[in-house]
This record gives sequence, C-alpha cells and structure tokens, in this order.
Amino acid sequence: MSEAGSASRDDLRLIEALRAGDETAFTSLVQRYQASMLRIAQMYVSGRAVAEEVVQEAWVGVLKGLDGFQGRSSLRTWIFRILVNTAKTKGQRERRSVPFSSLWTAEGDEPAVDPDRFLPEGERWENHWSAAPATWETVPEERLASRETFARVATAIEALPPSQREVIRLRDVRGWTSKEVCNALDISETNQRVLLHRARSKIRAALESYLQPEEGVAS
Amino acid sequence: MTSDLELACRELVELVTDYLEGALPEAERARFEAHIAACPGCTAYLEQMRTTIRLTGMLTEEQLAPGARDELLRVFRDWKLES
Repeated sequence: MSEAGSASRDDLRLIEALRAGDETAFTSLVQRYQASMLRIAQMYVSGRAVAEEVVQEAWVGVLKGLDGFQGRSSLRTWIFRILVNTAKTKGQRERRSVPFSSLWTAEGDEPAVDPDRFLPEGERWENHWSAAPATWETVPEERLASRETFARVATAIEALPPSQREVIRLRDVRGWTSKEVCNALDISETNQRVLLHRARSKIRAALESYLQPEEGVAS
Repeated sequence: MTSDLELACRELVELVTDYLEGALPEAERARFEAHIAACPGCTAYLEQMRTTIRLTGMLTEEQLAPGARDELLRVFRDWKLES
C-alpha cells in the first residue's frame, strides 16, 4: 500500500506506462477508481449524468496533468484531488444550495450503540452495559466470512449517509490511510474520524443483529 | 460506579475509533485500556469492531460498467495523439 506522503514505486511505474500510451495501464487505473469517483462526484453535483461528466473531465485533467505530476503525493491522492476540484467547480456552476463545507461535516449526535443497552443514569452502574455484546470469537470463520455476511455488510454500507459511506469505503474497503482520505476529500482528520466512527458503529450493529439476533433478550 | 477517572461503557464505545486510530491522548488511552482490562462487555465490543473492520476489508468493489470504460479509452487515445 502506498503512503500518503509521496508516490510509490508502483505509482511511478504506472505513470511511465501511461506516458508511453499503455492502454491496459489506463484501463486498470480507471477500473480501480471509477466507482468511487462517480459516487463522490454525485455528492457535489445533482444527478448521475452530471456526475459522470465530472468524472470524465477529471480523467482528462489527470491525463493533462500527468507530465507535470511531481510525485509529491500518491497517485490516487492526486487523482481524487483533481476529481474533488472538478466536482466543486461544476457544483458551483450549478449553484447547488448545499455548501461544500457542510458536506463532510458530521453533524448531530449519533450514539454508536443503542442507549437502551446501558443502565440508566442514577443507577449504581449507570451507563454500563445492561445488555452487553457477546464475543464473536465462537462464531465459525465460515459463517463470519460468508457471502451472506458480506451481503449484510454491503447493504449496511449502502444505507449510510453519503459522507459516512464514502469514508468507510475508502478507509476500510479500499484500505486507504486516514491521511490519504483527508487529502483526497479535503476534510479534516477529526471529521474523517467522526464519519468513520459512525459508519463502523452502524456496520457493527448490523452484523450483531445478524450474527446474534436474540442479543439483548438474555442477559 | 462512574467517577471522573473511570470511563463508563457508554463513553468507551464512542472512543473506540479514536483508540484504534491512535488518536487518543496518552491519559485517555490509559483509561480506555484500564476499562477494557476489567470489562468483558467492552472487550467483546472492541473485538467486534475489529472483526467488523476486517470483514469490511474483505468486500470487493463492483466492476466498472463497460460503457464508461470504452468512452474513457477514447479520451486516452485522444490524449495520446495530442501529446
């Protein structure tokens, strides 16, 4: 995995291949990032068609900028910066009412765990578990890493608010570092952590109700 | 009993991501770990979060629709001709 700081050797090889006109290299690069780029673009502009335009423009921007790419950031960080900038410009032109700064700001209070699972205030053990989670260590790996489980995780990710969804996809599905995500999306470390926390907490809750449907009844 | 020094489970679950990200200040991290050491419920919770992250990491991204790819290939060929 490449570091956020600078381009990896793989990045540099890929860039060389692109400059040499290697279509396979370009196709695999597109394949790797297209879906994420499209979803992120959709957060800035209205409608899928406009978002597709944005992504297309961003790729053109990437190709145009390739010769000037200094390798001071990783290739993907650089690509996503181009995408976000293109999307912002397009979004401004559309005069969309959503302010960009609020797009990635985690607002309101979203507890990680249903408050009913803790003892109420005023009790001796207030705010400690009343319905504690059970260990998953006894769940067989075949069940944990089953198609059914992955389908649950995927569904839970789809159900997240867009900003939480994108952060967890980049961080946990694609394995980006937090620095890369912050750089690419132009958000603060704190915001990124809050969004990630909320996303992960919800996926955990979805998994818990799938793996232990009777949880909370016996305790 | 919850004192100023002691974390309640309800507070701990909100700190799990900061903990895993290494973003907790030293004193807070010590409180977190002291709580985990004494609380089976939170130990299970932390383990569930780790498993959740591991399982999420095993998902694969959907394949790109071929239509968009063909169009981009044209963009790439044009770029090559111009440069």
